[in-house]
Amino acid sequence: MRIHRDICAGAGAIALALALTACAEGTATQEGDEETASFDPEAAPTGSLQIMGFGAGDEIATTRYEAAQQALPEVDFTLVEGDLDIQQFLSAVASGEPPDLVYANRDQIGTFASRGAIVPLDSCIEGEGIDTSAFREAALNQVTFNDQVWGIPEFNSIQITMANQELLDAAGVGIEDVNGSDWEAVTSASTALAEQTDGGIGYDSKLPEFLPLWAHANGVDLISEDGRTAQLNDPAVVEALEWAVGIYDDQGGFATVKGIRDSADFFGSGNQFASSTLGAMPMEQWYVNVLNDVSPEAPMAFDTVQTPEGEPVAYASGSAWAIPAGTDTAAAACRFMKVMTATDTWLAAAQARVDLREESGQLFTGVLTGNVEADEQIREMIPADAPEPWASAIEAVYEANDSAFSFPANPADAEFKTAWQDAVNRVLNGQQEPQEALDQAQEEAQGALDEAWASWDGDSGGR
Amino acid sequence: MSHAAPHPAPLTSQDRALRRPGRGRAPRRAGQDRARRRRNLAPLLFISPWILGFLIFTLWPVIYSAYLSFTDYDVINAPNWVGLDNYRQLAEDPKIGLSLWNTAYYTFIGVPLHILVSLALALLLNQAGRSAGFFRTAFFLPKMTPPVAAGILLLLLFNGEQGLVNEVLGWFGFDGPSWTTDPTWVKPGLILLSLWSIGSSTIILLAALRNVPNELYESARVDGAGFLQRTVHVTLPMISGTIFFLVIVNTIGHFQTFTEAYTAYFGSGNTTYSNDAALFYVIYLFQQGFEFLHMGYASAMAWLLFVIIMIFTAIQLWFSQRFVFYEGRQ
Repeated sequence: MRIHRDICAGAGAIALALALTACAEGTATQEGDEETASFDPEAAPTGSLQIMGFGAGDEIATTRYEAAQQALPEVDFTLVEGDLDIQQFLSAVASGEPPDLVYANRDQIGTFASRGAIVPLDSCIEGEGIDTSAFREAALNQVTFNDQVWGIPEFNSIQITMANQELLDAAGVGIEDVNGSDWEAVTSASTALAEQTDGGIGYDSKLPEFLPLWAHANGVDLISEDGRTAQLNDPAVVEALEWAVGIYDDQGGFATVKGIRDSADFFGSGNQFASSTLGAMPMEQWYVNVLNDVSPEAPMAFDTVQTPEGEPVAYASGSAWAIPAGTDTAAAACRFMKVMTATDTWLAAAQARVDLREESGQLFTGVLTGNVEADEQIREMIPADAPEPWASAIEAVYEANDSAFSFPANPADAEFKTAWQDAVNRVLNGQQEPQEALDQAQEEAQGALDEAWASWDGDSGGR
Repeated sequence: MSHAAPHPAPLTSQDRALRRPGRGRAPRRAGQDRARRRRNLAPLLFISPWILGFLIFTLWPVIYSAYLSFTDYDVINAPNWVGLDNYRQLAEDPKIGLSLWNTAYYTFIGVPLHILVSLALALLLNQAGRSAGFFRTAFFLPKMTPPVAAGILLLLLFNGEQGLVNEVLGWFGFDGPSWTTDPTWVKPGLILLSLWSIGSSTIILLAALRNVPNELYESARVDGAGFLQRTVHVTLPMISGTIFFLVIVNTIGHFQTFTEAYTAYFGSGNTTYSNDAALFYVIYLFQQGFEFLHMGYASAMAWLLFVIIMIFTAIQLWFSQRFVFYEGRQ
């Protein structure tokens, strides 16, 4: 009898759980009101605006945030600071209580769009009169999914070549030997540079993260222009990986290089350039500011990263604003994005940084905004008499910025990225040869892309 | 003279009710039940926040994850019923086998080592006399280090070029391996790092050692038993229940290991370096659920792990009947 009662209670609990499950399904995806919202540059949006993923941590952020607040005087703002927590964001959207605006990495936009977590911005862009031609092509490319713009891009992160001039001189090579324009020269220079360091690294080809850069320099991207086809085992990619791994092999293997890399005081005054334990490497432009701050006397040399044809090349990444599905303040969110990425706002933010750098006696090295017009005007704010080697760094940064490429938005970016990065890591760890690793990655990545695109194509039949 | 039987007095309805089988005890039992319910009410009220928390935050997610394991669910759109597809995919996914192998290696080498080192330290502490308090604190302190910090620490301590571990090995003439990059040495490195947090096991074993009756040691000494014999024939049997508890808890913990390896090899810091040798089952589950948004597949993975842990726990319980001594059951 008692057993019977327990079984009934258990069955009741499971039935209740399944009933609640059914309820949960009903609240899953909500229709956004982006399509119905009124986007009028003359209107004064009201309501509350909860922003997820954005932190007002420095003068560039606070100046622009204040400008956006002033442009929306009748709106209450709430910041959920810190990097975007994807799980938190998607759960909020699924539960019908999304934030009103989300700040994400640009490479996440395709995934969010394909899941219906964010809405296309066609009406917002048209209604508020946002000039998308002002954005850098590489940046806009990353937020364009299925021919629609789903995010408003900002910032641009690109790479330049950084080297220790004293080590270059001692090794009898120049910056042109390590800028990537001649892979054989880089390999030779790496060996010569390594001999000049005290157990350090000659040249770091920065694998696994910079494989897209080397592959593009070699003439092919890891993914097709429409974001549907992986090109990971293309001969040009295999060749790029073999060369970049060979740089490590010549220096005792990746384990040796990583050991030295991990023990470096990367953000301190004893960084690998200041301590002459690294000859050269490609690196994102923000590191110029770090070096200028912590080791302004380091004997640096800078150049763009170049293709074998001698053209500057850089792989762009950055952030983007997007409007979640189901928000009821899309008009305010759209205005906010417009103000945050407007040229005047960027100029005000850059001026705030100029003032701060002047106060502390440091050099203003520019800001890459993702907005072409803003970039050009901010560059004019950089002191014309900027000392070397920092003037060369600034020159290289802006040159690379004009030549940056990016990957198109796709619905399986995380899996795609994991596939090629795991492949590179298997090669670096000595588990596979480049061809075998990239063949496996191609299969994994294409499988993920096919599944995600099939889901999108099936769901969006009517979209 | 005959004695006539006395004529019984007529029964009242109350008498009849009392004489009916069971009826006499009914009011008394009802009263006892009420009293018992009253007695139980207070503890139930006190424990109700936990019960509610358990139902909402543990039981419900467990049941819901079982349902999700039969669906294709990307967190945002409604779950789509796919039957046994996720479980079929588990059998075909090569990373499931890889991550299970990594986890089994880590567990079946890590747990015995954890118990042995904890026991050795506890035995030493048990002999330490007045200084035991200091060492107890010293051994427990690393346990206070957040696992994320321990993961970062691994990269520094086990750095193949300039790490402290290889430097110490160098003092004895050994050329240390590349702990953080060589797939052969990644798991041993993580196992050694896990010994960083044996403080709690050591303290539990020390408490068990302190509970072993002195008379048993004295009897053994009288019989001529040395330290090793006393340890094997007196100490270990007497603390076998505690050891068994630690084996169960640590086995489950090792099967679910995540933070240190994820921080060191899969975190989203300034590097994209990772190593297949450190791809433990829960890390792969996390990737599937929270990075690739395959929550249905991740739920199926979670249930597979649950079944595996249940099987190993059952095996351990079966073994415990033969090897674990409980004083109260002798």
